[in-house]
Amino acid sequence: MSVDRRALEAKGYLVVPGFIDLHAHLREPGFEDSETIATGAKAALRGGFTTVCAMPNTEPTIDSPGLVAELIARGGAAGGARVLPIASITRGRKGRELSDLVELAAAGAVAFSDDGSPVEDPRLFRSALEYARVTGRPVIEHPQDLALSAKGVMHEGAVSARLGLPGMPAAAEETAVARGIALAKMSGGRLHLTHLSTAGSIELVRRAKAEGAPITCDVTPHHLAMTDDWVAGSRAFAWEVPDEALQGVPYDSSTKVNPPLRGHADVRALWAGVADGTVDAIATDHAPHASVKKEVEFDQAAFGISGLETALALVLGGVRVHWAPIGAVIDALTIGPARVLGIDLVEDDWIAIDRDAEWLVTADELQSKGKNTPVLGRTVIGRVVHVSMAGEARLRGRREGNAEAVGRR
Amino acid sequence: MRFHRTYTSPSATTFNDRSCEAGKERQTTTLLEADDVRRAITRIAHEIVERDRDLSALAIVGIRARGDALAARIQAAIRANEGVDVPLGAIDITLYRDDLTRIGYAPVVRESEIPFSVDGRVVVLVDDVLFTGRTIRAAMDALVDYGRPRAIRLAVLVDRGHRELPIRADFVGKNVPTAAGDDVRVHLAEVDGRDEVEVVTRVHA
Amino acid sequence: MKWSRRHVLDTDDWSRDEIETVLDQTRAMIEILQRPIRRAPPLRGRTVILFFAEASTRTRVSFELAAKALSADVTNITASGSSVEKGESLYDTVRTLEALGGDVVVMRHASSGAPYFVAERTDAAVINAGDGWHAHPTQGLLDAYTLRDALGDLDGKRVVVVGDVLHSRVARSDINTLVPLGARLTLSGPPTLIPMAWRCGQLPPGVMYESDLDKALDGADAVIALRLQRERQESGLLPSLREYSRVWGLTLDRVARMRPGAPVMHPGPMNEGVEIDAAVAHGSRSLIEKQVTNGVAVRMALLYLLAARVGAPDGAGAPAPLEERA
Repeated sequence: MSVDRRALEAKGYLVVPGFIDLHAHLREPGFEDSETIATGAKAALRGGFTTVCAMPNTEPTIDSPGLVAELIARGGAAGGARVLPIASITRGRKGRELSDLVELAAAGAVAFSDDGSPVEDPRLFRSALEYARVTGRPVIEHPQDLALSAKGVMHEGAVSARLGLPGMPAAAEETAVARGIALAKMSGGRLHLTHLSTAGSIELVRRAKAEGAPITCDVTPHHLAMTDDWVAGSRAFAWEVPDEALQGVPYDSSTKVNPPLRGHADVRALWAGVADGTVDAIATDHAPHASVKKEVEFDQAAFGISGLETALALVLGGVRVHWAPIGAVIDALTIGPARVLGIDLVEDDWIAIDRDAEWLVTADELQSKGKNTPVLGRTVIGRVVHVSMAGEARLRGRREGNAEAVGRR
Repeated sequence: MRFHRTYTSPSATTFNDRSCEAGKERQTTTLLEADDVRRAITRIAHEIVERDRDLSALAIVGIRARGDALAARIQAAIRANEGVDVPLGAIDITLYRDDLTRIGYAPVVRESEIPFSVDGRVVVLVDDVLFTGRTIRAAMDALVDYGRPRAIRLAVLVDRGHRELPIRADFVGKNVPTAAGDDVRVHLAEVDGRDEVEVVTRVHA
Repeated sequence: MKWSRRHVLDTDDWSRDEIETVLDQTRAMIEILQRPIRRAPPLRGRTVILFFAEASTRTRVSFELAAKALSADVTNITASGSSVEKGESLYDTVRTLEALGGDVVVMRHASSGAPYFVAERTDAAVINAGDGWHAHPTQGLLDAYTLRDALGDLDGKRVVVVGDVLHSRVARSDINTLVPLGARLTLSGPPTLIPMAWRCGQLPPGVMYESDLDKALDGADAVIALRLQRERQESGLLPSLREYSRVWGLTLDRVARMRPGAPVMHPGPMNEGVEIDAAVAHGSRSLIEKQVTNGVAVRMALLYLLAARVGAPDGAGAPAPLEERA
C-alpha cells in the first residue's frame, strides 16, 4: 500500500519528482574501498536521487557491452536508486580509440564520457561527436585543458597566490568549453559539458545556445555553494558573510576537487545560469574517497567531494537568498537531466523534502563510504524525508525501509 | 581576512593580585620613605667600599628589573665619594628561573648588559628584595656563564626573610620580618616615579 | 604582551605587537650568543625534533644551534636515509613524532600546508621551517629584525623584493612580517614569476608590483634578492638565466640607485652571477651574514616562547605576580 503524497504535502513538505543525478562515481568495480554500487545507490536515495548515472572510470573501465550489462545487474540488485550506466567514449579511457558506441548504447548505456579526463585529441573528439549521433545518446565531456592546468591543485587566483599552491586557471576550462562548442556545432552531435565552474564557461554556453548549438551543461552543488576561500579555511557558504566562527584549518584536502572551487563571481554566474536556464542540470559529481587517499598533504590528495547526500541542502541555500527560484532548481534536478539523457521522468518516483530541517553533517550521518566533504561538522538546512520508487516507499524519515516494512503499519 | 584558526589560549586578564581573595582585608604599610631609601643606598655604597678596598677589582651588576636601577645609584654614590667609576652591568635572569616549565607561559626576556669581563673581579650583585633566594641563585648561574669572578657578593635594599635556599646578603639596606603571604613592593623613581618601600599584609578577621 | 600562540605556522595573521614581541626577544637572544658561554638553560629537559623532509643545511643547522643554545635536546629526522625517503606517509611520520615525544617539532616540507596537517595531529608545538611555496615564517622574522636593526623604525620604508616571487615562501613571509611593521613592499621580477592575481592588481595591502627593477630601486630603502632556481628556465617560465641576470640581477650600478646606505639582503643560498653579483653580495651594503646570525637568535626567541606553553593546561598563562619571588 503506497503512502499518501497529499498527507506529506499537508505537513508542509515539498513533494517533487525523484531527482536524477547525471554524474556520480560509484567506484565499483575496482575501488570498492571508496564506494560500492550498493552503498552509492543507497546514498543517492538519502539525497533524494531516485536515478543516478554511474561514470565509467572504474577498474576496468566500462567500455564493453558485457561490463555495461554487469553494471545494470548490480545496480538492480543494490536496493537503492536506479543506476544508469555511462560508457566510456574511448577504450579504457585512453583517448586513442573510440569504444563500440552503438553496441554500448544497445547494451543500455545512457551516455558516453571519459570523465576524469577530457578527450585530449580534438580529431578523436570530433569523431566521437559525429559517430555518437547514431546512438541518440549525448557525449558528456569533462572540459579541461590538461597542459594549462598541469600540476594545479586549486583555482588560480588571489587565494592560491596567498597559500602558495599551484593553480588551475579558469582559462583551462574555458578553452576546452570553447573547443567543445565549436566541434559540437560543426558535427551536430549532442554535447553535454559537465561540472562547469567558471563565469566564462557559463557565458560561452549561453551564447552557443542562443546560436542554436546542440549543447547542454550541468553544475555541481559544491560549485554553487563554496568558493576557493574554503581551501584557505573559510567555512562560510557563498551567500553567508565571512565570520570568525565559520573558520577551519587551511589546506583541508576535503576542499580539493576538480574542477576546483572558484571565486565569488563565478559562483554568482553559475546561479544566474541556473535561474535563466543556461544550466540544464545540477549534477553532483559524487566522488567518494577512502580516507587514506585524502588524509595526506594537500598536493598529494585525491580530487573529489562526496556530494550525493548534501546536494539538496547546498542548493537550497542559494534559493533561500533568492539567487534562483525553487522551481528552476527542482527542474535542474529532474526535468533538466531527463531531457539531457532523452528519457522520461518515472511517474511513480517521487520524494518529499523538508526545506527547513536542520541537520548536522557527520561521518556517521552519511550513508556513503565517502566522508570527504568539507561540510563535515557543519549544520545544514534541507533534507529529504520520504522517497517512493515505483509507488513503493524506499526511505521514510532518516531510515531506509522497504515496502513490506511500510505495509505492516 | 584571517583565514585560519589561531591557536591561542583564552586570554589571561588580571594579574595575580592576592587582594582579590574574598573576605580578606589588606593593609598597606610604608616601610621606607624616599629619604630612607636614599640613606640606605648611601650606606650600602660605603659598606661595599669598606669591605673591598681595592676598587679596581670591583664590579656592580644589578638584577633586572629594579635591581639594575639600584646598582646604577650605588655606582653613582661610589663615584661621588671615591671618584672611581666602578664597572656597571645589568643581568636578566628570566632564562635561568627554576620555575619556567611550571608557570605555563614565557615571561618577557630582557637583554642583559655586561660590557666588561667578570674574570677575576669581585662582582656585587644588587637586587631590591631578598626573599626565597631563588632569584639570586639564578643570577649567579647567569653570571658564571660570563666568566669566573674572584668572588660574588650580594647587596639588597630589603631582606624580608623566608629563605628556601642557602643564600645570604652581604650588604642589606633594611631587614624586615614579614609573613610569607605578604607583598613587599619596592618603588623606585627610575621605574615607578617615586622612591618608597611598602608592605601589604593580609588582615585576619 | 602575553605570548599565546601554540604554533608558528605562518605570520599572515600576526598582529604588529606579536611580531615586535618576537623581535624584542631576539635582541635578548643575540646578547646570549655574544657571551663567552653561548648557552642558557630555559629549555633544559625539553626535546626539539627537527623534521626536515626537504633537504636544507643552513636552516636546519640554524635551528639546531638555537635549540642547543637554550639547552634543549635535539633529534633529527631528515630526508635522506629516513623512512620519509622510503615513502612513509606524512600521517605515519606524525605518529612517529608523537611516539618520540618531542615538545617542539620544527619541520620543513615540500608540500604547502604540511605543517597545518602535522599541527592538527600532534600535541607538540610546531614551527614551520618552510612549506612548499607558502611560508618560511622564521625567515620573515629574521629579515624583519635585520632590517629594523639597520634602518630603525620601518614605518614608511620602501623595501624591494626581487626574483621568483611566485615560487617563494620567503617572499610571502617577508610580506607578512614587513608590512605589519609599516614597510611598503615593491615586488619585482619577470611577469611569469609573479602570481597572476598579484600581477593583475589583486595585491595584498602594502604591496605593489613593478617589473622594471631599475625603477623599483630608485630611492628604495632596502632590497631583498631571492634565489632563482635553474629549473625555472627549463619549465618555460624564463628564456634564459643570462637574460634574467641582465634584466633583474643585482649589480653595483643597480644597487647604487637606492638611498645611500640602503642595505642588500638575500635568504641564501646565493647563485652569484645570476640574481646577485659577487661584488654586491660581499659589498659594504650587504647584510647577508648578519641575516644568518640573526636567524639563530630569532629561532631561539621562538623556541623559548613556544616551549613554555607546551603541556600547559588551557587557561594557563596567568601573568607574573607583580613582584617576582626574589
